[in-house]
Amino acid sequence: MTIATSRRGFLGATSGLMIALALPLKGRAQDAPPQGAEQAVPPALAPAPVPPNAFVHIAPDDTVTVIVKHIEFGQGPLTGLATLVAEELDADWAQVRGALAHADDTLYANLAFGMQGTGGSTALGNSFLQMRGAGAAMRQMLVETAAEAWGVPAAEITVAKGRITHPSGKESGFGAFAEAAAQRPVPDNPTLKTSDQWVLIGTDLPKLDTASKTDGTAMFTLDQFPEGAQVVVIERPTSFGATVASYDDAEAAKVAGVRAIRPLPQGVAVYADNTFAALKARKALKVEWDLSAAETRTSQQIMAEASAAAREAGRTVEETGDLSGFDAPGATVIEAEYQFPYLAHAPMETLDGVVTLAEGSAEASYGCQFPGIDRAALAKTLGLPMESVRVNVLLAGGSFGRRAQGTAHFATELAEVAKAGGPGSYKLMWTREDDIRGGYYRPLSVHRMRGAIDAEGRITAWENVIANQSIMAGTAMEAMMKDGLDSSSYEGSIGLPYDFGGFRAAWRQLKTGVPVLWWRSVGSTHTALATEMFVDELLEAAGKDPVQGRLDLLKPDAARERAVIEAVRDLAGWTGKVQGDKGYGMAFAKSFGTYVAQIVELENRDGRPQVTRAWCAVDCGIPVNPNIIRAQMEGGIGFGLGAILHSQITLGENGAVQESNYDDYPSLRIHEMPQVEVTIIKSDADPTGVGEPGVPPIGPAVANAWRALTGQKTRALPMLQNPGVV
Amino acid sequence: MTTLTINGAERTLDVDPDTPLLWVLRDELRLTGTKFGCGVAQCGACTVMLNGMPRRACVTPIRTLAGADVTTIEGMSGREYDAVQAAWRALDVPQCGWCQSGQVMSATMLLQQLPAPTDQQIDEAMAGNICRCATYHRIRTAIHDAARTLEG
Ligand code: FES
Ligand code: FES
Repeated sequence: MTIATSRRGFLGATSGLMIALALPLKGRAQDAPPQGAEQAVPPALAPAPVPPNAFVHIAPDDTVTVIVKHIEFGQGPLTGLATLVAEELDADWAQVRGALAHADDTLYANLAFGMQGTGGSTALGNSFLQMRGAGAAMRQMLVETAAEAWGVPAAEITVAKGRITHPSGKESGFGAFAEAAAQRPVPDNPTLKTSDQWVLIGTDLPKLDTASKTDGTAMFTLDQFPEGAQVVVIERPTSFGATVASYDDAEAAKVAGVRAIRPLPQGVAVYADNTFAALKARKALKVEWDLSAAETRTSQQIMAEASAAAREAGRTVEETGDLSGFDAPGATVIEAEYQFPYLAHAPMETLDGVVTLAEGSAEASYGCQFPGIDRAALAKTLGLPMESVRVNVLLAGGSFGRRAQGTAHFATELAEVAKAGGPGSYKLMWTREDDIRGGYYRPLSVHRMRGAIDAEGRITAWENVIANQSIMAGTAMEAMMKDGLDSSSYEGSIGLPYDFGGFRAAWRQLKTGVPVLWWRSVGSTHTALATEMFVDELLEAAGKDPVQGRLDLLKPDAARERAVIEAVRDLAGWTGKVQGDKGYGMAFAKSFGTYVAQIVELENRDGRPQVTRAWCAVDCGIPVNPNIIRAQMEGGIGFGLGAILHSQITLGENGAVQESNYDDYPSLRIHEMPQVEVTIIKSDADPTGVGEPGVPPIGPAVANAWRALTGQKTRALPMLQNPGVV
Repeated sequence: MTTLTINGAERTLDVDPDTPLLWVLRDELRLTGTKFGCGVAQCGACTVMLNGMPRRACVTPIRTLAGADVTTIEGMSGREYDAVQAAWRALDVPQCGWCQSGQVMSATMLLQQLPAPTDQQIDEAMAGNICRCATYHRIRTAIHDAARTLEG
């Protein structure tokens, strides 16, 4: 995926940009809620060409509201994109607010995707020039307006910290000129600052959403109460692909507060006056499921199939050099098979949405990562033209990929709820059990590895055959697959910085009825584990140090890889030795253009790894907000650690998911969180994302440290349920 | 009908007596700072203060609360709460934010009991609060920071 960073892209294809007319924005200091955007942004129905006001609004009281085209669920775009605008606008950070944009694929396209969307850690990278351009254009329009009003040359005017000033002593805030500036033509090529002129980029600006998320006032989807809205929960099938054969709602209908019970393609929906009535009635429903089209295999059976598939040749996805090293006399050949389970994302806020259906139009509000795809799905299901459907994007309580739905399955369900309910407002909620059992998992994957080491201890050949299910196939994303290959199934196993002599990676596509989805760092959730655990094993077999061994393997052009590995080595004071009761391990992974190396320290506590410290070096190009970068590395480490220690979704009899909530699908808890230290590499390269890249290295770093300490080699996850082999 | 005190005001609630406090707070009173994460006392997102002690609102039926004194994040105040708020903001603890009301409630009640908790005491008091964004590292630091400001 290439990120468009051309200057031309900064305002979108044909767009202009003007200052909002004195529209009052609701909301508290530092934190305009999404409703603010809803009020200020022109309705999605506006015809081409792209209307003004897309990205920045200045109110008479000098408040600058940046309309952020990416959803905020903790990864930081609200603050990050607002920083870019504020920098070029020369706004004072205290006057800046952020608001989330509604669905509009034209105005708010992710320049890396060509449609609106948040994913692949692209938010900052694709917006870097666009948002700065928006700020610079706005600044120029304000300056020209002030120059005219004061009768002075524009060149004599300076702007700093939200004040427009002229040497004559004239001075003003932005708000006074906002309306007049809106009438001016939008400059084509506003001048952007050079990096030495930056005052906000590169600093630890406080996040715009911290205050409201600390005192409980931040408003999420579940906190919306549209007038007269009914709460809806759905009784769902126990096996993927099962359908309702029959149901008995006699008991459920008796629950006080229940308004309706209706069959939907997704299951049986209960409509009620409040959440508890809906949940209570759902429990009283008796549903018979038709399993004839369902996936009824157990995950053990699917794993066995994946394991067999990974022993076949597979389709080659990258091959360099030759694999003769495997057959060379005196070569040591090492093999390993790694098995990775299905994983649920389990964001703290489950899937939820509110929808209002009126005569001939609909409006949905919730946290979605592909609002444009969702809007189309809502329109289609409701039989409405696109222009009559509005989607507002709200803050979401986490996602980790769960809200990035190429199938628009949640939007479709929301529409089905409204369609079956008729005109009115509905709040659809998934419970945690719905979430854990609801599919859309990180695909179960098997990696079959072979490596050869020659008599001198050099790695001379490497082969990796990967078997898993495609995320894109069968969804709106299928168009992005080339030649039947879904690169997200094996990304991170190819294009490696290491010179192994001969190299081959291959993919075997599995087909199952289990819906799968991207899970924070996607292919690298398993490819980094397989690659970095196996490289570590080969280095050990060759008698090499894990850090120096990797450095020696790096290709000559791998300068950024080298820099992060050396930086983390120095940060951790790496010795390569077990010290007392502590073992150490390292891993490197590049994902989404960001380079991350990590080292962990762990202890063996009653046969379980307790990770006590983690060190992390990251190169994500220009560090726009180091505070957010550090936070994402810390969070990525905790999220990845929880998964490799605890997490797996298993399918039992008839393919029924056996886990249901945080008790049997455990999350990392505070006592398992290591102390984390992060160092950020200085860089003037274009910025890349940090939401995902902190995740991939932690798993292999922990497995490698565990092997160093105990001799046990991890072959399957989660670690706590799969003691390694010796 | 159950009568209890919520955030200092007496409330009489005419709801299904089995309704968990969580849904009473959210649906009836629109006190949405208290969050739903699991419904089974596993995650702590719904943590409130009940008669001065932490309580999971999702597993507390309203019928058990006659005469009780409940405080949600909307009604919190006091030195410890203020110290926690300030420390949380200074460190930008929240990521997605969904778990943070519960974290702040647990942290505040911890500091009310133990003004200078050790790492281990923090782990014990906070182990019931899941953060899927894994902001634990900053939570721990923020609690220590808040404790330090309370010393003075
Ligand atoms: S919602 Fe109450 S503990 Fe999770
Ligand atoms: S901040 Fe997202 S779950 Fe804690």
